[in-house]
Amino acid sequence: MTLFRRRLQETGKEMCFEATKMALDSAGLTRADVDTVVCGTAPDAFDGVAMKGEYLLDGCGGYRKPYTRVFTGGGTGVFSTIAGWWHVASGLADVALVVNEEKMSSCQPHPQSVFAHIWDPILDRPLKPNLVWIFAMEMNRYMTVYGVKKEDIARVAVKNKRNAVGHPCAQLADPNITVDDVLNSEVMAWPVQRLDISPPSDGASAVVLASEDFIRKRRIKDRAWISGVGWCIDSTMWTDRDLVFPEYVARAAKMAYKMAKIDEPRRQIDFAEPYDPFDYKELHHLEGLLLADKGEAPTLTREGVTERDGKMPVCPSGGLLGVGNPIAATMGMKIGELFWQLTGQAGERQIPREVHTGVSQAWGDLMQYGSVVVMRA
Amino acid sequence: MTARISRWPGIELTAADLHEGKVTQTRFRPDAKYAWSAGEAMSRFLEELQNGRLIARTCRKCARVLFPPRMFCEECFRPTDAWTYIRDTGTIETFSISYLDTDARRIPEPILVGVVSLDGASPKMGMMHYFGGMTKDEIRIGMRVKAVWKPKEERRGSVLDILGFRPLGEGES
Repeated sequence: MTLFRRRLQETGKEMCFEATKMALDSAGLTRADVDTVVCGTAPDAFDGVAMKGEYLLDGCGGYRKPYTRVFTGGGTGVFSTIAGWWHVASGLADVALVVNEEKMSSCQPHPQSVFAHIWDPILDRPLKPNLVWIFAMEMNRYMTVYGVKKEDIARVAVKNKRNAVGHPCAQLADPNITVDDVLNSEVMAWPVQRLDISPPSDGASAVVLASEDFIRKRRIKDRAWISGVGWCIDSTMWTDRDLVFPEYVARAAKMAYKMAKIDEPRRQIDFAEPYDPFDYKELHHLEGLLLADKGEAPTLTREGVTERDGKMPVCPSGGLLGVGNPIAATMGMKIGELFWQLTGQAGERQIPREVHTGVSQAWGDLMQYGSVVVMRA
Repeated sequence: MTARISRWPGIELTAADLHEGKVTQTRFRPDAKYAWSAGEAMSRFLEELQNGRLIARTCRKCARVLFPPRMFCEECFRPTDAWTYIRDTGTIETFSISYLDTDARRIPEPILVGVVSLDGASPKMGMMHYFGGMTKDEIRIGMRVKAVWKPKEERRGSVLDILGFRPLGEGES
């Protein structure tokens, strides 16, 4: 993966090339070994290029190969790996390369103006909604129904920004941040404050997926296994459901757990990388992933269960809150961190006990989409 | 790999690099304009807003009163059956006190905005809208509210024909 920064000089294509080359070098492969390429990237309007998948393809190593671009909003961060997986699992490909990119800095003055285009043109858009509103509404519903204190939510931002200190690509790592810093940061759309949010970023990441046969034949030692995948989407009519629980994430998780033969997720999963564009989302998603009871995730956080040295480490990478949020390219933390933790290569971020099973999840669209991958050492 | 790799690609640019012209850039401003056909369900919905009424569609199979109205039921996957009016009163399901406008610019006076579930529609079904007639300290989830309509001659067939929702008075319906 590349550095995640508010602005990078490299173009989207150049970022893709850098990330792709790193992934191939790391696996000891070349572009000639690759059977198919999947590119994951979010709205075209960020880059300002309408055929963004085609635009990026040279940098993704997709030139003259079977190539597909996938997009499921923020959920692309984990979904593109699922799309790569099905090429290999079906037997169609031995090696699938997955490359995710986002360059949000090109959109001026702020990518927020592009987010405005996700709303229903008749029901929502005349009200001139700001994207932060929906997070604020969901967060308020979650806090009110379960009686969650703002400071327990702020603990997530503190944990992740501190975890990111060991991440070489991090944009917003902060070893000294405190709960008070978060609670005293500027109010944007209450209950959301400045430090509750991950930043817009430029960045790219890439992953190589290969069949068991190929890995054995080529004697590839650095590997972790995808043992379950799941994804699910709810209606765009978001004002028709209770925002307190992400049912679509729970459905995606159950699909992935069934495939991975996990019937007691809290016991069988060692660590998690849920999607954390906002601090409360980590809590919301832990509950959706069935790793916490409804309303229990803030308590687990307060008790230190989700710290890197806790019983269930959550976002040991530093997550989107600490490393950055180039939408689809967050695959670098979500899928990348699972791989690095499971192969013992996470360096400073390594969970200080042996881990065998990890789960990652991404989330997107109008609070309606969940994608889940379970990986094992 | 993170432990073994020493070089992480990417050249960071600062806002100053852009403003001081240290970076080669090229600019483009799209000029795309859209006019959306409101469709079957929304056309009737917007027409009724001009009349100062909220309308829904019913599905006989799942017995739901669907709001916002739609011509097919996504659950039963069959055409919906009939039009029915619902009330312009409801309950605040959630809200935000926003100091950001639509372009993420700061505004001094916050906007109160949220989701109202409407009386007469199936549980939890409602719409996003503004709140007024209450302060940011008074607004709460569970509060009973009623639509404030624009004067009839100013209504244009838009969700903005409702100015927002205000607290429902005692004994009022």
